[in-house]
Amino acid sequence: MTARERVAGNVASYVDDRTGGAKWMKKNLQKVFPDHWSFLLGEICLYSFIILLLSGTFLTFWFDPSMREVVYEGAYEPLQGVKMSAAYASALEISFEVRGGLLMRQIHHWAALIFMVGIVVHLMRVFFTGAFRKPREFNWIIGVGLLTLGIVEGFLGYSLPDDLLSGTGIRIAEAIIQAIPVVGSYLSYFAFGGAFPGLAFIPRIYVVHVLLLPGIFLALITVHLMLVWYQKHTQFPGPGRTEKNVVGYPLMPVYMAKAGGFFFIVFGVTAFLGAVASINPIWLYGPYNPGQVSAGSQPDWYMGWLDGLVRMSPPLETYLFGYTVSWNILIPGLILPGIMFTGLALYPFIESWITGDKREHHLLDRPRNAPNRTAIGVMALTFTLVSLINGGNDIIATTFDLTINQMMWFSRIAIIVLPPIAFIVTKRLCLSLQRADRDLVLHGRETGRLVRMPSGEFVEVHEPITPEKAWLLTSHEQLAPLELPEIDGAGVRRPAAIRNKIRNRISRAHAVAVPKATETERRELEGHH
Amino acid sequence: MSNSESREVDLIKDPGLPAHVHRRTDTDPVAAKRAERQVAILFSLSALGTLLLIFSFIFVSDETFFFIPVMGQTNAHQLGIGLGMAIALFCIGAGAIHWAKTLMPDEEIVVQRHEFRSDDEDRADFVKTVKEGAENAGLGRRPLIKRTLGAALGLSGLTPLLLLRDLGPLPGDDLKKTNWKAGTRLVTDPGDRPIRPEDLEVGAVAQTQPEFAEGKERHLEDIAKDAVLLIRMRPEEFNLDSERLSWTYEGIIAFSKICSHMGCAVALYEQTTKHLLCPCHQSTFDVTRAAKVIFGPAARPLPQLAITVDAQGYLVAQAPFTEPVGPSFWGRLS
Repeated sequence: MTARERVAGNVASYVDDRTGGAKWMKKNLQKVFPDHWSFLLGEICLYSFIILLLSGTFLTFWFDPSMREVVYEGAYEPLQGVKMSAAYASALEISFEVRGGLLMRQIHHWAALIFMVGIVVHLMRVFFTGAFRKPREFNWIIGVGLLTLGIVEGFLGYSLPDDLLSGTGIRIAEAIIQAIPVVGSYLSYFAFGGAFPGLAFIPRIYVVHVLLLPGIFLALITVHLMLVWYQKHTQFPGPGRTEKNVVGYPLMPVYMAKAGGFFFIVFGVTAFLGAVASINPIWLYGPYNPGQVSAGSQPDWYMGWLDGLVRMSPPLETYLFGYTVSWNILIPGLILPGIMFTGLALYPFIESWITGDKREHHLLDRPRNAPNRTAIGVMALTFTLVSLINGGNDIIATTFDLTINQMMWFSRIAIIVLPPIAFIVTKRLCLSLQRADRDLVLHGRETGRLVRMPSGEFVEVHEPITPEKAWLLTSHEQLAPLELPEIDGAGVRRPAAIRNKIRNRISRAHAVAVPKATETERRELEGHH
Repeated sequence: MSNSESREVDLIKDPGLPAHVHRRTDTDPVAAKRAERQVAILFSLSALGTLLLIFSFIFVSDETFFFIPVMGQTNAHQLGIGLGMAIALFCIGAGAIHWAKTLMPDEEIVVQRHEFRSDDEDRADFVKTVKEGAENAGLGRRPLIKRTLGAALGLSGLTPLLLLRDLGPLPGDDLKKTNWKAGTRLVTDPGDRPIRPEDLEVGAVAQTQPEFAEGKERHLEDIAKDAVLLIRMRPEEFNLDSERLSWTYEGIIAFSKICSHMGCAVALYEQTTKHLLCPCHQSTFDVTRAAKVIFGPAARPLPQLAITVDAQGYLVAQAPFTEPVGPSFWGRLS
């Protein structure tokens, strides 16, 4: 036994003597994880969260979350002598006087953007592969919660420096609060401690930003990961992979090295961005003043789609018995996002209601094999993308020499017309891809080699695909649509007939598929060739 | 269902996990040695990155700038610290992953999953335990306890609401009032100088605030409601009814600068079209028609401030705003 092995043995027995965890540890250190690049997306979120905690803690050592008015006398000459809040002055101090402060501020901001990109792309991966199905519905809901809180946390974060841009963002948030029927102006006065902007808001959101929300994040992320661990990770279909097994590499040592290494890579890339790519140069905006605004005011990208919805909203306001209801704020600012996030959270239950499928699923779907789900996803993405584009309509208009009116009308029409088109096109594309898979299994791969037959006819030589590939293309399940009774045995319409009819109808639309190739078909065709 | 079941029987067979293919590093000691060296080089690069960070932090002044194509004038101190940190972290990660991929075992392991559902006996026991527990607590049999407990819990939910009451004052009619009164002078912002009509040329725009008595300080809350834009044009360009026309003075018209949509500053004035544009959501107001909304999400014109001149010839408000300024709220008109 080498010295190193002895040390390892001693550590293991030291831990086991005190916890009795030998069995548990052994099992979990050998935990198997399937390998796929898309499984790294969730890791990116986790790592950027840790980077956010580290860089954020650094920033709190200098940041002064106070709206007290001070006269700036720091290192940045253009603003010397200007009245500003202590929050803004300390953000300038971090940027110009604390060594490495600007780097940390930029790392913090870039990490926040990467965190949100990671969440959204991870969510897309989970959605399009059907990883949210039973037994993972809880984790899906936690994920949607993290996305929602992430948007709020990001918004609060870029509001804290109290520069002109962030103050403008807070002003808009205040207007949304104020537009809530009946209690809006009360809520606004409570949130701001009086009239906007007041002195209370920055210190209040500071506590929410650095304590309350990070605490909730930590708790939710822990549960999220524990569930992944306990339920074992899903895997993509392939030869040897079934609903009943997990094929992959053990945690120790492969995944410890890979995942640990990946943390450093994410941190390194974020540090690189922080070093070379300027982000949110607050010194250029100046301190917040409600009477001023900079042209081209843009929120961060994860808020951009909401701002885009607000921008394209028609000027609707109704006056009921002398009371004002601002639909132009309520619909894009609260009602639509509310519907979208609720729909997102409930999607696993909606799909299982449509299919009637209550079984566990651990093998992922290829998106083409769930055309209806894929089409719904692309439809929702199209909606969000049009809103996001409209959130930058002023920048796009000036960059591409368009008028703002053209941009706005494009968005107003596109937001209604494009999502259904995206749905139909995606569904057709998925079915075409299924057809291509079927052809590939039955007729083999096109080799590009042309052969002239004795009759003078030219044919292209097809090569049969490997058994592994053939299995991959045919192993998915094709569920038959629901056939719920609409009429009972005696020929009388059942009370639940209408509901069943609707459900059958949706289920049929969901189950549309190109029949996958079967062994018999393959043999028959092989006989021909 | 029968159709799909028959298809499942007719499936193409699963060929099973493909045979393991050894990497070069598994079979060739030279390749393994090379991989080991590569990992070591990556870790050493990381150490160099940290040295770069230390060097830049201590020895490079933060006033050293140099030119880099694409990035332009760049601060050497910041860049050195940042790049050093990036290299240090990235290379640790790259080294660890290269190590895992070339030298650690890459044979896939298969483990079995177990259905989460417990067996029927355990489930029945579980259900029984829950039932018994509820039974023993006697909630079902003692409705009085159930109802009073429900009421108590519901009521206690009011506590946090009540305790949060002092977060802020009630708005009252605060949102409907500004500091503009009949006779308040318009003063420049910044500068606080009173304005004569002749100070403004045709086509000019000025941001103004109400004049404050000596010693009264102007807070951001005041600016958020009081900011007023003055615009001067030729009087014949107005397209106003007689009342609104009487609110102007020699071609000078005054509007609240706070957008009637979401309260941003309506800061962009296009002189040729006489349009005011809010940069936040692009609501566009026609100045010649009393700031009527001609485009965008705003539902109401910007409130107009009636102005005239006082005895000394300075511009003053004829009267306060006739409606609340800024974004809408429920009780705006009541």
